[in-house]
Amino acid sequence: MISEDDVRHVAKLARLHLSQDEAARMTGELAKILGHIQKISELDMADVPPTAHVLDVTNVSRADKARPSWPREQALKNAPAVSDDSFRVPRMS
Amino acid sequence: MGTLDPLRLTAREAKRLLVDGEVSAAELATVYLDQIEAVEDRVHAFILVTAENAARYAAKVDGEMQATRGALAGLPLAVKDNMVTEGVVTTCASRILAGYQPIYTATAVRKLWDDHVVMLGKTNMDEFAMGSSTENSCVGTTHDPWDLNTVPGGSSGGSAAAVAAGEALWALGSDTGGSIRQPAALCGVVGMKPTYGAVSRFGLVAFASSLDQIGPLTRSVYDCALLLKHIVGKDANDSTSVELPCEVELPTAERLDGLRFGVPGEYLSAGVEPGVRARFDETVARIEELGGRCTELSLPHTQYALPAYYIIAPAEASANLARFDGVRYGYRSAEADDLIEMYERTRGEGFGAEVKRRIMIGTYALSSGYYDAYYGQAQKVRTLVRRDFASAFAEVDLIVSPTSPTVAFPIGSRTADPLAMYMSDVCTIPVNLAGLPAISIPCGLSEGLPVGFQLIGPAFSENTMLRAAYALEGAIGFDTAPSFRDSSAGSDAGDVRAAAGKEAPA
Repeated sequence: MISEDDVRHVAKLARLHLSQDEAARMTGELAKILGHIQKISELDMADVPPTAHVLDVTNVSRADKARPSWPREQALKNAPAVSDDSFRVPRMS
Repeated sequence: MGTLDPLRLTAREAKRLLVDGEVSAAELATVYLDQIEAVEDRVHAFILVTAENAARYAAKVDGEMQATRGALAGLPLAVKDNMVTEGVVTTCASRILAGYQPIYTATAVRKLWDDHVVMLGKTNMDEFAMGSSTENSCVGTTHDPWDLNTVPGGSSGGSAAAVAAGEALWALGSDTGGSIRQPAALCGVVGMKPTYGAVSRFGLVAFASSLDQIGPLTRSVYDCALLLKHIVGKDANDSTSVELPCEVELPTAERLDGLRFGVPGEYLSAGVEPGVRARFDETVARIEELGGRCTELSLPHTQYALPAYYIIAPAEASANLARFDGVRYGYRSAEADDLIEMYERTRGEGFGAEVKRRIMIGTYALSSGYYDAYYGQAQKVRTLVRRDFASAFAEVDLIVSPTSPTVAFPIGSRTADPLAMYMSDVCTIPVNLAGLPAISIPCGLSEGLPVGFQLIGPAFSENTMLRAAYALEGAIGFDTAPSFRDSSAGSDAGDVRAAAGKEAPA
């Protein structure tokens, strides 16, 4: 069963900060949900192919031609921080 | 213009009144804006009401656009807040998208704008469409107009409640596991999920891309067909969209002769309330009175659909929601001075509890060592669910079931137990896994609250489904006007109508 350490590891993978309280509560909730999900392991599906997409469509491609993109000011319009016509982010450590 | 009753007026009738010049677009918009003014503080269906834009646009439809009116000109529409709308803030009911100004418009909405509908505003929802009650919204819950102390269902609860409360003529919602049909059932309106790919998902903020589909919430089946007709079609911007094999027909059928209906035993087992079961059985009897044939059948893998869904949908969501990182748009935490910490804090502070749970389940199910046991197996269950439906549709034209095992439940009654909340969608989820079309129509009341009747068809059987739903709706004769009672505040005048309705349909 899932432990609080597992929850912290998964939160790290998901880039999700959880408070101590959240991590503890999440451990109990995920254990219950995963317990329910486990039900599918009852089925023997060795010969069953997976379904990733329900429609009978194959790859859809477009012509490899350059098209106009969003103007820079539009693309930056919602950014929390901008500098030199670019998205500004904190430093990487 | 006489008196128009927003609780009963259909788009079909409103369109006729507009075309015949008996009402102006401005007068029609005023009917809904006045109703919003009158009931919105009790219902809270909207995140944003764009009253000025709506009034201004309606006046244009009456004036300079008079000669070039589109097919839906002047018909007031509400839009779920997970469809991006240029110039109108779109938030998905999430703190992480607070104030987001889209720079383009979702294809489904764009098509309706091109037909000159009047947009009234953006409706409330569970954050990122994750939920079955609209309680997971950063702006607070919506209240069911049939009982203000109960939830409207979700995630398209705002759209369903807006239509039920007469705050909109019709609305758009989205359905990933029942998010149009279940709130339609709980609010006593019509809601439809089209075949996967029938409506472009371009501009629909992605939750689970292999399951998401936009569809109509309306006051009648005819209105549902009319709205569907104007949003379907292949879109170069959504490579999973397809052209329907034939045009959407506006239904006229009164009989069901020659149609075969299947009743799956698995959908009627544990958890279906007696009141819901009674209305369902009456409706099945009506099908036979109208000349349809009903047979029992089995969809044996139904019990595995819910667990498979709660792997597939969170897995896809965990990937789709990776884009909310505080860099290009939306909220950014001020608490961090390092990039990774900024991501983690932004997401930790920006997402609500249910969204975090789903991201965690999805990330866990996709993580190294667990992928095969969870995601791989769930995709195989999806094949089994599809095969169940395929065998059934070799024998019948349509499958029928309750839409939701229960009527609307009290606000707060399921928020402490995520699994109990997930069970709300047990009858709707298999449809999304198989990509099928399905519609919910109101079939009567139980304890004064609406009960939804679901019809499920094979892929691209929209016309058959709408025809059958239309004939049934005519026979049921459901009165769409809700009571606005509040069971938490003791009885009021509204209870009288609700109690009378309990005996219906006669």
